[in-house]
Amino acid sequence: MSRVLPQGTPGQEFEPEREPGTVPVAEERKDAAGSRGGGAAGSARPASTRSGRSARRGKRVRRVVVIAVLTLLTVIFAYPFVWLVSASFKPRGEVFDNALIPKTFTLDNYVQVWQEAPVGLWLLNTAIVTVLAAVTVTLSSAMVAWGFSYFRFRGRGALFALVLGSMMLPGAVTMIPTFLIWNGLGFVGTLVPLWAGNLFGSAFYIFLLRQFMLGLPRELFEAARVDGASQWAVFWRIAVPLTRPALAVVLVFEVQAVWTDLMRALIYLRDSSTFTIPRGLKSLVDAFGFGGEWHWEIIVTASVIATIPMIIIFFLGQKQIIQGVSTSGLKG
Amino acid sequence: MTAVAPAPARSASDPDPQRRRARRRASRRNVLSALLFLSPWIIGFLVFTLWPLIYSAYLSLTDYDVINDPNFVGFDNYVQLFQDPKIALALGNTLFFTFIQIPLYVLVSLALALLLNRAGRSSGFFRTMFFLPKMTPPVAVGILFLLLFNGQNGLINTVLGWFGINGPAWTTDPAWVKPGLIIMSLWTVGASVIILLAALQNVPEELYESARIDGAGFWRQSFSVTLPMISPALFFIIVVNTIAGLQTFDEAYTAFFGAGNTTYSNDAALFYVIYLFQQAFQFLHMGYASAMAWILFFLIMIVTAVQLIVSRRVVYYEGEAPK
Repeated sequence: MSRVLPQGTPGQEFEPEREPGTVPVAEERKDAAGSRGGGAAGSARPASTRSGRSARRGKRVRRVVVIAVLTLLTVIFAYPFVWLVSASFKPRGEVFDNALIPKTFTLDNYVQVWQEAPVGLWLLNTAIVTVLAAVTVTLSSAMVAWGFSYFRFRGRGALFALVLGSMMLPGAVTMIPTFLIWNGLGFVGTLVPLWAGNLFGSAFYIFLLRQFMLGLPRELFEAARVDGASQWAVFWRIAVPLTRPALAVVLVFEVQAVWTDLMRALIYLRDSSTFTIPRGLKSLVDAFGFGGEWHWEIIVTASVIATIPMIIIFFLGQKQIIQGVSTSGLKG
Repeated sequence: MTAVAPAPARSASDPDPQRRRARRRASRRNVLSALLFLSPWIIGFLVFTLWPLIYSAYLSLTDYDVINDPNFVGFDNYVQLFQDPKIALALGNTLFFTFIQIPLYVLVSLALALLLNRAGRSSGFFRTMFFLPKMTPPVAVGILFLLLFNGQNGLINTVLGWFGINGPAWTTDPAWVKPGLIIMSLWTVGASVIILLAALQNVPEELYESARIDGAGFWRQSFSVTLPMISPALFFIIVVNTIAGLQTFDEAYTAFFGAGNTTYSNDAALFYVIYLFQQAFQFLHMGYASAMAWILFFLIMIVTAVQLIVSRRVVYYEGEAPK
């Protein structure tokens, strides 16, 4: 009940879960695998109750229709992004051209973006902030989650309710005093406020990790304690390695959140040399758009530069991301 | 074994006073180590949640421009809030955007999840493709919006033109800015699709089988089996996206607000948090913005509470008797 992550790992969900004996023929087994879960239309009925071959053909036709619709939708979903990348290789006058393959292929936009703005520096700043933020929030959230999942003490329930409650708090309420804290400490204008808050963990991740840790075998930790391991060693050398899948989820989530965050960068960063990629991108939109005539080729190219690292991260951490997302809604 | 580990101290049941004392000592040490592990969160909560909460409540009763000390003005900010036409506009925009968007968002993600659930083995690829837009930074999504929805030569109107429809000026006509933003937000349903797909795949096949034996058809199975079983995931998506919708900022700010506060389209994209941000960090009306934040806080609490109350009647959790 309380275990969120260990059950239902994606990738296994399409394995046929047939009852022995009901679907004896190999080919029908494949069909049963395909329509599992989609049984709502009465498709998984044993072959004997209906004229077997026509039922199978109907099912295959339906499958083809589903795949066709999904393919069409995929094109719709992928098109804007592919078009954006393609537009970044088009010369100024052709940016709005709807063709996916540029009539005139050019790298000038990239050269120009690089000359107009310190994009390399922005990428570096973003990378620094993202790494620091993601690593600190993962470690601190893991520590706190361990405190909540392993130890039993009075007031634990109330304290954990407070964690959950703080999850609901809209960021707008704490935004101004938080700014005043960093302002008072003299960190406004630096990258520090963009990650240092993560030293204290994050309610959502604490919740996620606690759920995972509650599913770990407790005997293991108690045995280690009997063998003389310190509390810290039990956490660091046993619990943390076992929690690795959930930690990876947290890490990837935070990378995505920090990499794309605009508002905090707007609040805390002043000088172009400290900008992160979203903040820099916004400054380009202001300079080459709202300032007067829109220079779409520059804005588009900078957007592509800002997005590519996220896409790479997505493909590297795809399994963790999908797994993390699909489990996060189950026991909301 | 249990005596060493931080088991709950059941001292009352132990007749031996020496062991009882040893246990109490162990449990005290146990609480201490627990506190050490919890300390990051405790410090963070006090400094970055509790104190800001209290201070923000205080600031909302003051006039504060960061440079001079806060000047106590009582409930003036709140009175002013109710007379500020821009607040009404921003609130109206935000509520319109959120409550039109949410049903569409849920329907689209449910439809996509149902399709994926039918696709069998090939669903992995499609799932990835639907999720990809979610990885595009919101700033870039805002820019994409300006391009695709451009009234003259944007892709959307070009496609509409093929069907003989003369598309509106999405990005400049105040009436069409929010519908455009809503359509754009549907591009990023990927995460909800994956959550719903996981929920659909966790519905036990036996339930459908027994429903079928009882003579239930497709619609009956959908309403009596599928929907109740995935209702917790649906509820989660609705709550999380409502809260996020009420705090919309990045895309709309990127696309509609320029450096020198230059806006166009008659503030049709002036959402509540955008106005709050402007008040706080562009006009340095920290007190007024704090009052705005509290109004938003109450609004979110009310909306979430209503959703929770409704959910008690319609959301079914496993292992719980249906009501």
